[in-house]
Amino acid sequence: MKSVTLRRRPTSSLLKSTLLLLFLAFSLSSYSQDVDVARQKRGKTLFKTLCSACHKLDKKLVGPPLGKIEDSKENTWLLAWIKNNAEFRASGDADAIAIFEEYNEATMSNFPQLTDDNINDILYYTTVGEIKKAPVAAVTGTVGAVEKGAPPQWLIYLLAAAIIVAFLMIASLLRQVNELKGNRNPSVSSNFKRDVQEFWIGVKNNTFLKVLATIFCLLIGAYLVFGSLFQIGVDQGYQPIQPIAFSHKIHAGDNKINCQYCHTAAKHSRHSGIPPVNICMNCHKNISEVAEETVVKLDDGVVLGKAELDLEIGKVYKAAGWDPDESKYTGKEQPIKWVKIHNLPDFVYYNHSQHVTVAGVACQKCHGPVETMEEMYQYAPLTMGWCINCHKKTDVKLKTNGYYEKIHKQLAAKYGVEKVTIAQLGGIECGKCHY
Amino acid sequence: MASSKKYWKSVEELKDSSVVETLRKNEFVENIPTDDFLGDKETLENSSTTRRDFLRYVGFTTAAASLAACEGPVIKSIPYVVRPDDVIPGVADWYATSMADGYDFANVLVKTREGRPIQIMPNKEANGTTSARVQASILSLYDEKLRVKEPQDKESLLSWSDAYSKIGAKLNELKDAGKPVVLLTGTLASPSTDKIVKEFIAAYPNTKHIVYDAFSESAAVDAFQTMYGKRALPKYKLENAKTIVSFGADFLGDFHGGLEKEYVGGRKPETGKMSYHIQIESNMSLTGANADKRIIAKPSDVVYALINLYNAITKEGVVSRPTPIDGKIKEIAKELKKSGSKAVVMTGINDKNAQLISLAINKALNSEIIDVKNTLHIRQGDDAAVAQFVSDMKAGKIAGLISYNVDPIYSLANASDFSKGLKKLRLNVALSIENNDTTNTADYILPTPHFLESWGDTHFSKGKYGLMQPTIQPLFNTRQFQDILLKWTGNSTSYYDYLKAYWATDILGDFSWNTALHNGFFTKVPVAVAKEVAVEEGTTESISIAEVARILKNNTTPSAMELNLYTKTGLGDGKQANNPWLQEFPDPITRACWDNYLTVSIADSKEIGFDNPVKDNGAINGNYANVTVNGIMVSNIPVIVQPGQAKGSVGLALGYGRTFGLKEEMQVGVNAYPLYQNANNIQYNIKVEKASGTHEFACTQVQKTIAGRHDILKVASLKDYLYVNPKDEHHGWNKPAMVSYDHKEVEASKINIWDEHNRDIGHHFNLSIDLTSCTGCGSCVVACHAENNVPVVGKHEVRVGRDMHWLRIDRYYSSEVETREEAKKLGLSRAEMYRELETEAENPQVTFQPIMCQHCNHAPCETVCPVAATSHGRQGQNQMAYNRCVGTRYCANNCPYRVRRFNWFKYNNNNEFDFNMNNEYGKMVLNPDVVVRSRGVMEKCSMCIQMTQATILKAKKENRMVAVNEFATACASACTTGSLVFGDVNNKKDTVTTLAKDKRAFHVLDYLQTKPNVVYQVKVRNTNEA
Repeated sequence: MKSVTLRRRPTSSLLKSTLLLLFLAFSLSSYSQDVDVARQKRGKTLFKTLCSACHKLDKKLVGPPLGKIEDSKENTWLLAWIKNNAEFRASGDADAIAIFEEYNEATMSNFPQLTDDNINDILYYTTVGEIKKAPVAAVTGTVGAVEKGAPPQWLIYLLAAAIIVAFLMIASLLRQVNELKGNRNPSVSSNFKRDVQEFWIGVKNNTFLKVLATIFCLLIGAYLVFGSLFQIGVDQGYQPIQPIAFSHKIHAGDNKINCQYCHTAAKHSRHSGIPPVNICMNCHKNISEVAEETVVKLDDGVVLGKAELDLEIGKVYKAAGWDPDESKYTGKEQPIKWVKIHNLPDFVYYNHSQHVTVAGVACQKCHGPVETMEEMYQYAPLTMGWCINCHKKTDVKLKTNGYYEKIHKQLAAKYGVEKVTIAQLGGIECGKCHY
Repeated sequence: MASSKKYWKSVEELKDSSVVETLRKNEFVENIPTDDFLGDKETLENSSTTRRDFLRYVGFTTAAASLAACEGPVIKSIPYVVRPDDVIPGVADWYATSMADGYDFANVLVKTREGRPIQIMPNKEANGTTSARVQASILSLYDEKLRVKEPQDKESLLSWSDAYSKIGAKLNELKDAGKPVVLLTGTLASPSTDKIVKEFIAAYPNTKHIVYDAFSESAAVDAFQTMYGKRALPKYKLENAKTIVSFGADFLGDFHGGLEKEYVGGRKPETGKMSYHIQIESNMSLTGANADKRIIAKPSDVVYALINLYNAITKEGVVSRPTPIDGKIKEIAKELKKSGSKAVVMTGINDKNAQLISLAINKALNSEIIDVKNTLHIRQGDDAAVAQFVSDMKAGKIAGLISYNVDPIYSLANASDFSKGLKKLRLNVALSIENNDTTNTADYILPTPHFLESWGDTHFSKGKYGLMQPTIQPLFNTRQFQDILLKWTGNSTSYYDYLKAYWATDILGDFSWNTALHNGFFTKVPVAVAKEVAVEEGTTESISIAEVARILKNNTTPSAMELNLYTKTGLGDGKQANNPWLQEFPDPITRACWDNYLTVSIADSKEIGFDNPVKDNGAINGNYANVTVNGIMVSNIPVIVQPGQAKGSVGLALGYGRTFGLKEEMQVGVNAYPLYQNANNIQYNIKVEKASGTHEFACTQVQKTIAGRHDILKVASLKDYLYVNPKDEHHGWNKPAMVSYDHKEVEASKINIWDEHNRDIGHHFNLSIDLTSCTGCGSCVVACHAENNVPVVGKHEVRVGRDMHWLRIDRYYSSEVETREEAKKLGLSRAEMYRELETEAENPQVTFQPIMCQHCNHAPCETVCPVAATSHGRQGQNQMAYNRCVGTRYCANNCPYRVRRFNWFKYNNNNEFDFNMNNEYGKMVLNPDVVVRSRGVMEKCSMCIQMTQATILKAKKENRMVAVNEFATACASACTTGSLVFGDVNNKKDTVTTLAKDKRAFHVLDYLQTKPNVVYQVKVRNTNEA
């Protein structure tokens, strides 16, 4: 079996608690004086809503690039073209027809709703373009330490035990040093000290206490060993490096794309389904680059900016066999080899649709705050105890799901029960998940 | 009466040998093979490994293992680039298609997961059925060892365009020279392919199409042609029959493709009517095992008995010979006449004259059961044409051969003539799915796809068509036979377009192609009931039965020893010999797997000196025999002593002994085709000699004895069933077990040693098994393999009693004279009576009993598991958590039904078990919803909990209650005759709810109070004697 080095989320709270302060930079912007910012903004908004599906400023998409279009075309020509494209071509404008033919006779929508001012705003935006941000000053702020999860209990016990053992060792060493120095019968300075010494000698000579101490140590040892053994195979926090730095935060968080828009199988199947590349291309056909200010901060401190992220989108194009320059599919497809994060053993049967469609459980319940994750990791322990705890607490939809109609009636008649948990209905029987 | 019957599983058991007695006490006959992996003492002592070295190794491996365990494997997940619309990963798609491989024809549904076919089920809308072979054919798809992967000539691989042009050039050369070419295929039964072949012949007029079936029913087809003027087979509507008389026709086996559904349709005791079935045969066939009355006779006597029956019915006096069973034949004649048009006679003798007489008897009876109008087309082999072709080829009169999926070098009796002829050919092209002896001789081998990768159509019987559609992308670089012929014909359309156009014009009429394809079948005209025995088309010859009988008598030469060749339920004609599921499928009668063998009668075995001693590990051994027919000897055939075999006859199965290209494990048995001379399944004047050596059988017969619990089965006669109270104290045929409770006799089922749970709420699953309908065909066994990823363990492991079948079909013999009362009635003396009762019967009655986990509500296995790995579900299923099991095997020891199976080894990814779970292709058939078990855990029937759970989930998702009869298990879905019925007894409308309360219902070993959820229905035989 192949194995690669895994990047684990730094879960160790000991490490984390040492990072008490985090410095965050936020930025202010200033603009050059000769640009009408308000007008540029109005134009940009209109451009994004109406034009960006087919046009870009600097690249061909469905239609020609529009950056600085005013330099090459008359304003009146542009107004006529934009308002009612088909009519304008019908009027026999040679230039218009030529462009139409050059772009595979793709018909442009009519925009009768746009006033001349609107259009001029858009054109202003195409001329001015994006306004570059200039960082002015970094203001420091303090953020409290982020406590992610309490340290495991066994660690505390281990530390405590170590401290006690160390203390005892030092004490006994000191005593031996004393004895070696010849202070065999140390002059007793106080009654208290003598009492302690006599007590210690008493303890030393008491076999029962020795046995008790040994048993205690063995129990602690066994507890620690078992505790750590039970953690084997639990991959909570597993965060492998994926072939594409896909950010759930940008997609599900910032852009609020529904989980099941991409994970289409979750409501039908046992698998949630890693989305096929054609689903990516629904949007990414038009989104070939991220916005200027987009930043993805990975958990290991790597920060990806626009340059890196655009390359990641390029990987999607490569997989789909999409040529962004020519705007067409080449047919050279290359499936993406994602690394599976949530792995259940073979002998467990789990069904997404049972939980998503029937129970209506939110994805986040098991997968955590995915919409905030720049990089996906395993949130839940996915142990059997974890499954069963939920099955013991959750009520089945006796009243709302038609499947339970008869069962509900019988339960109500026989036991007067209106609410039962999954476990009470046999949801924690071995055979329900192990076959 | 039922409880006084004596059932037995083997001759050895009847003898009560001490070995059997020991075996009864051991659930596991073999101990853990410590010696195998530790070696014997001597080797251990000679070993140079010192104690210190040993400790070093242990230390190092432990450290290495713990280090390796720290990092889990990285699992990749690769989604589609463009997901097909109809594929949702994790959700199965079903396609309706048809199977046609030249021997098996069926309307089937194919379950695919993520584009891989994983299971075949009958297409019930099309009235389809699946035999064990049809079920198992899905595994042959993934047979990467045997399948041809690339077009090739003798030296190297070719591209398809090269292959086309090279062979095309040769074909044209032969055409221009006017040299004859033969197109040799099996039965195609495909109208569109027939048309393509015709067009090919029109383009190459020097070509002749010859149909060659390895196991031939040519005689029946020829006889039908002579009498009714059409090369086809009649249909038998057995569901309406009153009396069925079969002269060696194994119609529950392979005769006419199997008639079990029709047969069982006419045997429903609850309707008060059952057909009366008399079987006259020499071998113990599956059909004979199911018969109400089985008469044993030597093959030659079967032939004469047939003529005698003709005489008795028509009062004619055509030439014949007296036989020992003439008295019985007279009674049969009376019985047949009484039933009149509701009677039917069949014969499985592959002799045209015998077939003609059988047809003449049906004509004389004016039988409505034989349907000569709606003819059957799934057997078209022509023995005479094949024989002519082989002699022509040997004489050098044939210049070219194009063979398609046939292997004459393996399956022809005169294969040496065929091979000689091959050398004189100028062109020898083999189109084939698999490599075999014949493709090995070919100049060019062109790979063709499996039926699950193909387009096609099938004309099963008149008006009944099936469509075939691909369920997977071709695994290898294959082209369809039809596409290849079209290409050579110069037609550039693809076969798919051709098929669609052909169906549109010639078959469908106004019916939609897409709907027909979706259904997988199409019925052209409503099949009319044939009132008159006449066929419109074709001309009939006038036949003189006297002449026919004279020839038949001359052809039949009674001799001291006669051979009856047959095909086994598992392997059939041997097309799927490389299929591990079929090899490990126990024969319904002998319960032996991985072998064919000579079946010898008890009397003959004593004479020649054959026996089957039982070894102390429960395996049986056998002697070898050499069989000679017309100077051709097949040597070292293992011998099984078969109760019910006619004295003076032996039986031998075809389809075994294939070697070319097969995995070493599958090269088992002996090839009996050299004895199949003139394609006749009966051979006279044979010589059987004992040869030296001991054969080791892999037989599931003896190990699982029933420890003297003879009331494991209940059988009643139809008369008793109808008129006797089942619980009657003296004559009852379904008496409940009684136990003493508080010093009173009470029904065992009425008392509880544990507190009852409330089982009324939710589902409660029951499986009903009707012993009357079960013919023992075993399609459920293979369906269970496919659904539940049951491993194949190989011959040796089966031999030592480690077979893994979750579902087995036990076969019990019982003697004809079963009770004292019967003996008294027959006027037997006391000594005779005991002999009859105790000695091995020459002609025993046979009963089949499918046994799987009984899912006891009070399960003995559950209480003894030290780790609670097996527990009871609220829905009645006895659940087995493999990951919890530590392998103590206490549960198996405590199970009274012996249905638990232990994984002695890791059967997947293990070169020691090189079957389908050990290669990438074979693993594609695994059901992803069921885990593949690992070594050291117990497993057993789960009552297809993955299927019941899926049904419940489907209902929940659709926001509704589970529909009536919606629950299913693989075995019940696959059951051809509807013997197995599964359902929820808490749903009053489910069929199983009624069945569980039926007066025929009983639990096996009910006095143990295990309260099983599997309920059996008493077997009812239409016998007048009780």
